[in-house]
Amino acid sequence: MAEKLQKYKTKQIPGAELLLKCLEDQDVEVIFGYPGGAVLPIYDALFKNNRIKHILVRHEQAAVHAAEGYARSTGKVGVVLVTSGPGATNAVTGLTDALMDSVPVVCLTGQVPTHLVGTDAFQEADTSGITRQCTKHNYLVTKSADLQVIVLEAFHVAKTGRPGPVLIDLPKDILMLDAPYSNSPEIQEEATKRYYPRINPDAKAIKDAVRILKKAKKPIIYGGGGIINSGLKASENLEKLVNMTGWPTTLTLMGLGALPAEDKHFLGMLGMHGTYEANLAMYNCDVMLNVGARFDDRVTGKLSEFSPQSEKIHIDIDGSSINKNIQVDVGIVGDAGVVLDALISEMKTQSFEPNSTALEKWWQKINEWRSRECLRYKQINQVIKPQFAIERLYELTKNKDTFVTTEVGQHQMWAAQYFGFNKPNRWMTSGGLGTMGYGLPAAMGVQVAHPNSLVIDISGEGSFMMNMQELSTISQYNLPVKIFILNNEWLGMVRQWQELIHGGRYSQSYSASLPDFVKLADTFGMTGLVAEYASDLDDVINKMLETDGPVIADIRIEKEENCFPMIPSGAAHNEMILGPDDQEGAISESGKILV
Amino acid sequence: MLDTQNIESHTLSVLVDDEPGVLARVVGLFSGRGYNIESLTVSVVDKKKKTSRISVVTTGTPQVINQIEQLLSRLIPVHKVEDLTNGSPHVERELALVKIVNKGDSRIESLRIADSFRARILDSSLNSFVFEVTGASEKVSAFIDLMESLGKVEVARTGICGITRGNKIDLVD
Ligand SMILES: Cc1ncc(C[n+]2csc(CCOP(=O)(O)OP(=O)(O)O)c2C)c(N)n1
Ligand SMILES: [Mg+2]
Repeated sequence: MAEKLQKYKTKQIPGAELLLKCLEDQDVEVIFGYPGGAVLPIYDALFKNNRIKHILVRHEQAAVHAAEGYARSTGKVGVVLVTSGPGATNAVTGLTDALMDSVPVVCLTGQVPTHLVGTDAFQEADTSGITRQCTKHNYLVTKSADLQVIVLEAFHVAKTGRPGPVLIDLPKDILMLDAPYSNSPEIQEEATKRYYPRINPDAKAIKDAVRILKKAKKPIIYGGGGIINSGLKASENLEKLVNMTGWPTTLTLMGLGALPAEDKHFLGMLGMHGTYEANLAMYNCDVMLNVGARFDDRVTGKLSEFSPQSEKIHIDIDGSSINKNIQVDVGIVGDAGVVLDALISEMKTQSFEPNSTALEKWWQKINEWRSRECLRYKQINQVIKPQFAIERLYELTKNKDTFVTTEVGQHQMWAAQYFGFNKPNRWMTSGGLGTMGYGLPAAMGVQVAHPNSLVIDISGEGSFMMNMQELSTISQYNLPVKIFILNNEWLGMVRQWQELIHGGRYSQSYSASLPDFVKLADTFGMTGLVAEYASDLDDVINKMLETDGPVIADIRIEKEENCFPMIPSGAAHNEMILGPDDQEGAISESGKILV
Repeated sequence: MLDTQNIESHTLSVLVDDEPGVLARVVGLFSGRGYNIESLTVSVVDKKKKTSRISVVTTGTPQVINQIEQLLSRLIPVHKVEDLTNGSPHVERELALVKIVNKGDSRIESLRIADSFRARILDSSLNSFVFEVTGASEKVSAFIDLMESLGKVEVARTGICGITRGNKIDLVD
């Protein structure tokens, strides 16, 4: 790496300062971090720096989730700074989360000085070894001369192609010694040229795809997080394609917002807790166009019975996603936005016309499925149904361009089902890893990026407790995050599975010894609210929205409500259970071993 | 549905930057996803450009092999992945050092066999030889099998390394 700098004029500055200079060159505005011995030189440099803001979290895992929230809501790279040893190991869950959900993050970790590496020194951990499998790429800097080139490449790798987390491990001596810095404009290109993933699609694949699309009688568009990651243009292109074809469209958990929830072509989310109409349309379609989704097991259900009659086209920026779980007829490697552009223009070239008679029949069928109203629930008495809580939250915040994060569990699925996302980058949830404790710190990151917007963490009481130390961060920076806890006093999703496949033996899934959330809010100087009855709900939500600062709203919901509809594990899309009456014996023995 | 039936053995040739951790990345990819490594060889091949070549023999269905190729290609220090088994004609070789301890007729017989395999004698004592044998893996295995029937044997094998035939050259700058 060092030789890449040799061609350019450089000046010598201390490593830690150089690092911040490089971050400024990347337009980094904010770092989420936590100090310690190995990164003191960086903190010292930060003390003297007035361009980069630092948010002091209360646990390094939260720093990564905050950076993820920042990144997902802006499309920019989130930056994390933590110390060696425990600082780095605490960040591992966040890094894994970012890897699974393709979130661009650069994580800077301190390391013991190079001459002590390998000696089991105080707070030494083999960070590059530990994080090799949970980052898109990582570096251990061993020579000062490599520093600038590594930082440049790290940012390039994090945001280019399929985004992901990149870690740079920085021994303390490297931070203190002078290192060469060049401001030559060519250095960027020089440092990043070895990584150039495919962005533009293969022309033949596009032609093949359009040939299939032209024959479609029962088509479906199945979009995923790749559309969001590609940027606004991709969502616009998706909408264009949907309007041009009139085709039904479903989105994955990660793709919500890529097509407005209120668009009449939108069938809702698909998959394990997706809608009946979306899953049956997937099962019965004859042509499937997958844009930036990865045939995840939460989406496909039983692989051998996944959409058995369809011809499948798969657009993905990561070639290794194509033919990984599902064999497709045409795989197109490229950026979702660019590929959609190419696809739309090729459709025009081949004078594409949707088959309107067939399509009408197909919509009729879909509307029959829709008329089952799979998301219907009954708010009968004063006990708040979680679905009702989310529906009211959506109604009362509709006009506000709201950003929503979630934790993991039933509340997450209800949020996905009942909150409508009409724009991309408004929905931040832990999809691939399913990390409880993601939502609160992610909401902080979103709020830092959008100080004047409404940011809500839809939470469960269990998940909330996994990173509740961040209340202190929220309080310190007066981040007006609204924490909307669907409190069922259960690790509800666990309880639901125990009901379904373990004979109702509720082993360790009760949330005992919960705090009084109103008092908890009070100790951190925030507003605490509680809604016990359905008739309180609107008032509590309105009060929460009117409050300028952070709020914890404890929404006491029906304790044993389950999340429906559901494709039981090991079952196919056409074997959904719609409500409690169908769940008896719904999971096969082989399904029970699945997670 | 994906094919789970036809298990094939493929030799992949992977050109990588010679930098710390690169071998761990490649090996970790196999172990992390439950793929097989039958043999693996690695060495720097260009000191100036700092590149190494990893030859890895793996088994799996065609879909798994393709998956491995794709996963290897997306590693940042990987420049090129070539499936030699699927691609243009190529040659593969392996080298083994075989020590045999024996006496009398067996000793004479092992010498005779070594000669017919064009194995070279690298070391000898009154009751032992160290042979060097190169060739296709099957030939190396056959030689080792024969030696095992003639005495006590210790083996070190390099694993397969391969390269394409013809005048095409991999360039990295
Ligand atoms: C870090 C972590 N540990 C364990 C789990 C397994 N898990 C999935 S959902 C869930 C329960 C979540 O409870 P809560 O936050 O109260 O949400 P609810 O399902 O009740 O809405 C658990 C324990 C997980 N997803 N993440
Ligand atoms: Mg709960």
